[in-house]
Amino acid sequence: MAAESLRDAYGEQLVEVGGKYKDLIVMDCDTSTSTKTVLFSRKYPERFFEMGIAEQSMVATAAGLSLSGKKVFASTFAIFLTRAYEQMRQSICYNNLDVKLVVSHAGLTVGEDGATHQIIEDVGIMSGLPNMKVIVPVDSIETRSVINFLAEKTTTPYYVRLSREKFPVVNEPDYEFIPGKATTLKDGSDITIIANGAMVGLSLEAAKGLKDKGIDARVVNMSSMKPIDREAILKAARETGKIVTAEEHSIYNGLGSRVSEVTSEEYPVHVRRVGMKDTFGKSGKAWDLFDYFHMGVNDIIKETEGCFREERKYENIS
Amino acid sequence: MMQNYSVSDLKKMAASIRTKSVEMVYAAKSGHPGGSLSLADILSVLYFKELNIDPLKPNDPDRDRVVLSKGHASPGFYATLSLRGYFPESLLSGFRKLNSKLEGHVHRGVPGVEASTGSLGQGFGIGVGMALAARLDGKSYRTYVILGDGEIEEGSVWESLMSGYKYKLSNLTAIIDRNRVQQTGNTDDIMPLHDLPAALRSFGWNTIEIDGHNIPEIIEAIHAAKGYNDGPTVIVANTVKGKGVSYMENNPKYHGSPPKDENEFRQALEEIAGGL
Repeated sequence: MAAESLRDAYGEQLVEVGGKYKDLIVMDCDTSTSTKTVLFSRKYPERFFEMGIAEQSMVATAAGLSLSGKKVFASTFAIFLTRAYEQMRQSICYNNLDVKLVVSHAGLTVGEDGATHQIIEDVGIMSGLPNMKVIVPVDSIETRSVINFLAEKTTTPYYVRLSREKFPVVNEPDYEFIPGKATTLKDGSDITIIANGAMVGLSLEAAKGLKDKGIDARVVNMSSMKPIDREAILKAARETGKIVTAEEHSIYNGLGSRVSEVTSEEYPVHVRRVGMKDTFGKSGKAWDLFDYFHMGVNDIIKETEGCFREERKYENIS
Repeated sequence: MMQNYSVSDLKKMAASIRTKSVEMVYAAKSGHPGGSLSLADILSVLYFKELNIDPLKPNDPDRDRVVLSKGHASPGFYATLSLRGYFPESLLSGFRKLNSKLEGHVHRGVPGVEASTGSLGQGFGIGVGMALAARLDGKSYRTYVILGDGEIEEGSVWESLMSGYKYKLSNLTAIIDRNRVQQTGNTDDIMPLHDLPAALRSFGWNTIEIDGHNIPEIIEAIHAAKGYNDGPTVIVANTVKGKGVSYMENNPKYHGSPPKDENEFRQALEEIAGGL
């Protein structure tokens, strides 16, 4: 699988939709060369606002622009946007405005910058906001499709979580993003691995390893965190009976939590969660960090096997 | 559509805003009278003289915008909007009650309200965005942001001062209700603002200091802001918290408490009426 940059895809797609929609505004907080909004700023300087290192100001100003009929894409690093949490809550979400908060450098894959920059709780924070929808694109193709969708078909708040690292391309070129719709990237009947973002590529590799052990694992990309695809989760629960979740995020308020909620409400099955376990990140090479925090390919395999062990345990009890 | 009330009419209107504010918080048994009373004269001048608005067309794209960043002054603001004809005065009695649109803090579902506010500092950024949009769209409407002086303690206020200056937003006017009292004490004790006009000036804003209860001074300052083309204007309006009700004046207790009983309520209404 070739790896491509999600933020490059974002920057290029912004230029594209910016050409179509003259009311589309882009804002940034001194990170435009990294978030790639710089591409839009060069093409449409009159519709780009550099707000300085002032996230609260950017978010509130985005609200004012949207209240005046503009569609706003506001970007910075994921970690810094959370400083403006309350502006997102009161000014964007309560007013239910057409503001898209597209952040880069989320999660562990910021790598060497270390714990201060590795946000692993943002999906949970954003998902708690009424009116906010939350998307974690898996690759460059999905990123482009999400940006198109947001520009063309939406008028409400969205949070889109992008990475610094390139991620493997797992979607077909004609893939189209639909909110609340997960995609099955590999079918399987023994267990389902539900993953998003960086963890999808690792989960596909894990599925290969599991095949050698005689386990046929399904791999589902749950990029739409809110709304989440309840049907895909319940289908996995009914058809494979066991689920492992994998996320570049805390397991306490992200994908693992959401999947567990849905299954426990409607079709309880054994769910194991791969992700950050109530700990901060660490400096290191991006992809080495997954192994360090027990989130690598082998860890996904181990958790999957663990589900089968648990199953045998229950069988013994009965 | 501008109205042209005389100074004495505007004073009467300010008294009506004060009366209704007190009635609303007394009926709700909660709410923020102090900052509504300090702001009444400014609201009167804006809504009954200076703003280019039409209550029958609250979504007119060319209307002037007002963002009440100090969203807790909702009694004064809602009273003003109803007096100006945005909605029937009978709705004021629903303030802070279930099934009423008149939320405790200013809510966009109410005709005439541009943005929901209540968490301090955010309305200023919203106003900056509205002023930027006006420029992008080649529209001549003006944007007014009303802030409290306690609110200035929020760091985001200073972020907006920077961006307003950067983008030279001469279509933006900030009005600071400088009543020197906040929820738990005097601003000078809680967090001194030192020489506020000098600070604002140093951020590049055209800064005008006035008596916020002097109607002609308010009018003159707003005209000066309209005539200033080199950047944004901020008006520091020196006011008295709880203005017009003796026991509320300069008393932090009435930042967020209604008259405590029928006697206090009656006294407030009498003093406001007697002040004319």
